[in-house]
Amino acid sequence: MGKKNLISITDFTKEEIIRITELAADFEQNPNQPLLKGKVVASLFFEPSTRTRLSFESAINRLGARVIGFSDTSNTSVTKGETFHDTIMTISNYCDMIVMRHSLEGAPRYASEISKVPVVNAGDGANQHPSQTLLDLYSIKKTQGTLNGINIMMIGDLKYGRTVHSLLQALSHFETHFTFVAPPELEMPQEYKLFLQEKGLNFVEKREIDDAINEADIVYMTRVQRERFTDPMEYERVKNAYILRNSMLKDTKPNMRILHPLPRVNEIAADVDSNPKAYYFNQTENGVYTRMAIISYLLGVKK
Amino acid sequence: MAQDKIMEVRAIENGTVVDHIPADCLFKIIKILQLDKETHRITFGTNLESKRMGTKAIIKINDRYCQQEEINRIAIVAPMAVVNIIKDYKVTEKLKVVVPDQIEGFVRCANPKCITNNEPMQTAFKVIKGNDGEIALKCRYCEKITHQDQIEILK
Repeated sequence: MGKKNLISITDFTKEEIIRITELAADFEQNPNQPLLKGKVVASLFFEPSTRTRLSFESAINRLGARVIGFSDTSNTSVTKGETFHDTIMTISNYCDMIVMRHSLEGAPRYASEISKVPVVNAGDGANQHPSQTLLDLYSIKKTQGTLNGINIMMIGDLKYGRTVHSLLQALSHFETHFTFVAPPELEMPQEYKLFLQEKGLNFVEKREIDDAINEADIVYMTRVQRERFTDPMEYERVKNAYILRNSMLKDTKPNMRILHPLPRVNEIAADVDSNPKAYYFNQTENGVYTRMAIISYLLGVKK
Repeated sequence: MAQDKIMEVRAIENGTVVDHIPADCLFKIIKILQLDKETHRITFGTNLESKRMGTKAIIKINDRYCQQEEINRIAIVAPMAVVNIIKDYKVTEKLKVVVPDQIEGFVRCANPKCITNNEPMQTAFKVIKGNDGEIALKCRYCEKITHQDQIEILK
């Protein structure tokens, strides 16, 4: 078998996505499985990140492998002007897998063409963050019992948010019904709406969080950032329309769960946190099991 | 009528004639075919009258026979161009440009945050053909779309 990478969520078939969620469930039952004893995984964070890096490194440690790498580039030869090509070429000789984050879009794809060992994209600029998508899917499956026919409401910045785009692509395999709630400046880009239409999937667009929330199985919140608006007045006008409050949840379905890729700022009011439908902190725990599943699948120790 | 137009740019004995180029794409095609590095005699005309297109440009390259693969690169900016291979003042072959499925190396990705704009490396795109004949390029690396009007040819 040739080496397999995970750069974009579209690199995985529907069957592989399902398989990852099954493996994640297995790792949740038995979190310490030293399947990768003696292996070395390079964790290359050309751009700093706390959550994703620690989640990956926790997953690597739980699998019994060792971690080498860096959490920012200030102490590396990148500051001496070494090309990205040479950095990857060299490091791929030191390890059995590379996990990387980079601010430049496409850097992980390029790394996968250079590297002898599998590459996992831990986020490249505004492009892709496939392990986040897979942990979102695992969270959906775990809370709803299935990935099929879910009614999902996506709220906030649907234009620039890479997590919603990747999640939409992945869910398109599973007859999902989408509701998009966003201001005109931040609505779902045309290319993704066309993508859904071509797949024969339904979606509804709204400007405000209304009664449709009572039909949702999953509410996926994202942050509306001030810097995305050309007109600051417009931001002031719409910002409160995309804040989720506990009072909005009283008629929602019992199985409904709220997801958020985090970090949260103010788009979910603090009074929601104690509601059992708030799932965003459990979601982070699911990230470790999902990343154990991804790493062991790509290295061929789990099939 | 056709004869008049050809005479606006002098006929060649042997070589390649690229005709029906949109007038505003002439310099892009010169770059794509790397004619600025060509040592053979080249003549070109632009803003010529065309029944079909309004105005057009034409390029005549002496003693060089362009290959189909080279010609297909032109399709990215001028899908309606026609290429004639000339031998002894006669058209011996008419080549149609075919829009390729993938292109490598000569177009810049429109996304400034793309790795290809920040590292010494080749660009690569999947060509997306729209129903309206418009072409868009999807970057293999950053996965962003470069639209036809954003296409910039690399040196």
